[in-house]
Amino acid sequence: MTEPIFELRDVVVTVNQGTPEEINIMDHVNFAIYPGDFITILGSNGAGKSTLFNVVGGNIHVTSGQILLHGKDITNMSVERRTHFLSRVFQDPKMGTAPRMTVAENLLLSMKRGQRRGFGPRHLKQNMGKFKEITAVMNNGLEERLNTATGKLSGGQRQALSFLMATIKRPEILLLDEHTAALDPQTSQELMNATNDQITRNHLTCLMITHHLDDALKYGNRLIVLDNGKITYDIAGDEKDNLTKEELLSFFNEIEE
Amino acid sequence: MSIIVSAIGQGLTWGIVGIGLFLTFRILDFPDMTVEGTFPMGAAACVAAIYHGFSPLTATIIAFAVGMLAGFVTGILYTKGHIPVLLAGILVMTAAYSVNFRIMNRANLSLYGKPSMLKNSFLESLPPYFDSVTLGLIFVTVVTVLIIYFLQTNLGQAFIATGDNPTMARSLGISTDGMQIMGLSVSNGLIALGGALVAQNNGFADVNSGIGVIVVALASIIIGEVIFGDLTMNERLIAVTIGSILYRFVILIVLKLGFNANDLNLISAIVLALFMMFPVFEKRFRLRHTFTRGLSSHD
Repeated sequence: MTEPIFELRDVVVTVNQGTPEEINIMDHVNFAIYPGDFITILGSNGAGKSTLFNVVGGNIHVTSGQILLHGKDITNMSVERRTHFLSRVFQDPKMGTAPRMTVAENLLLSMKRGQRRGFGPRHLKQNMGKFKEITAVMNNGLEERLNTATGKLSGGQRQALSFLMATIKRPEILLLDEHTAALDPQTSQELMNATNDQITRNHLTCLMITHHLDDALKYGNRLIVLDNGKITYDIAGDEKDNLTKEELLSFFNEIEE
Repeated sequence: MSIIVSAIGQGLTWGIVGIGLFLTFRILDFPDMTVEGTFPMGAAACVAAIYHGFSPLTATIIAFAVGMLAGFVTGILYTKGHIPVLLAGILVMTAAYSVNFRIMNRANLSLYGKPSMLKNSFLESLPPYFDSVTLGLIFVTVVTVLIIYFLQTNLGQAFIATGDNPTMARSLGISTDGMQIMGLSVSNGLIALGGALVAQNNGFADVNSGIGVIVVALASIIIGEVIFGDLTMNERLIAVTIGSILYRFVILIVLKLGFNANDLNLISAIVLALFMMFPVFEKRFRLRHTFTRGLSSHD
């Protein structure tokens, strides 16, 4: 058995502690991510999908439990430090890019994700060729707009850029937070395909939140379902490949009741 | 003629203040009120240091450092103390008033009979007011070049990104707290430097000289933006100084109309308000369209 990259051990996140509204939004979760995992995450609103990402990313402090990276305790590591191994694409196209900076400048920023930034010149021109190459992969004209402020791009182009920024420097774990949800169906599908290509080709370890049962079934090698702050379902490999939409739906109906 | 030269000299010197404010107001998107305290603080520190026997250049550098310290305090209050940046600035500005009194031991202090950077044989050999133009030009050029270089470094890019989208910046591992503290420090350092140069130009420092500084500096930024429109970051920094000089011309014209120096804050506020409303006017009256049509030949 390979060692997990990342582990949550008995993690609890309690909000409104000491008030009548006290609730565990993450309820004794044990969860391990293995190298090469492409995990799709399902769950209704408030099930704890975003909480899970925020716990992994360090945006939320856990009330109790342990977070391990390669077996080392990183429970109290800051958001900035975690970017060394972690990158993230947000749902909102406005969240992932700097609107007044150009596409190339955004990519340049992301190349130094998690690294020290000093007084050395930024070397924008030297990297233009590389940027042209990697943006062309997305097939949406991004490579022609390297010197455009990202605020002027379409939502689809911005999300494609966010995805490239998250992967230009290989992350050990990639978090995709419904990154195609804000786009029209066609663009969404194109970006999803490009995403899947990149992840499988580069063997990235990835967690992807989605609302689409079809996407959750079609992509990835592992699927988890969250409900009330707990992981209620976790299947991988052949078992996942053989899972049908009907089975998944009936499972969802059960937890609704 | 000499009155125009004098206005250019003032515009260049105040350009440094405008560039300082640009770092917080435009890049970080912070309404930093600290500047109304750091401008007289720079003046006070510089004059007091000259009184204590420091060379005028050293005194000016001390003023820069003191201003940075004030900005640093605002930055700490905002990032670590979670006080809204507007209030953090007002707190430091208010405290600075007392500190400035302490620095000088009185409300104002004259440089009469004391050395200043303007009192050297080269600058004194120039025609009237060209001394302040030369000094202002040297300082504003050095500051502009350094800031332009800084913004093109990896650190500078992280600084711009922090102002543009803090969430994204953090997700790329940029310490947004650090960038904001740095920005507030450098910005207030530059404003204090401007204060030190203005004090040497005027020959005195006054604890009340901070009132209206933010309006004047903002006017430089906005006038530059309204006149030049879409510019790159580097061009925008240069436009601030040009805006600062144009602002001095506007003030000159207004004074010629019969207003006196005590009306200046009212006039500054009106000038800034008019320029800030320019986009509204433009929409309503299609000003730019009318201007360009008026300037192009009939076809």
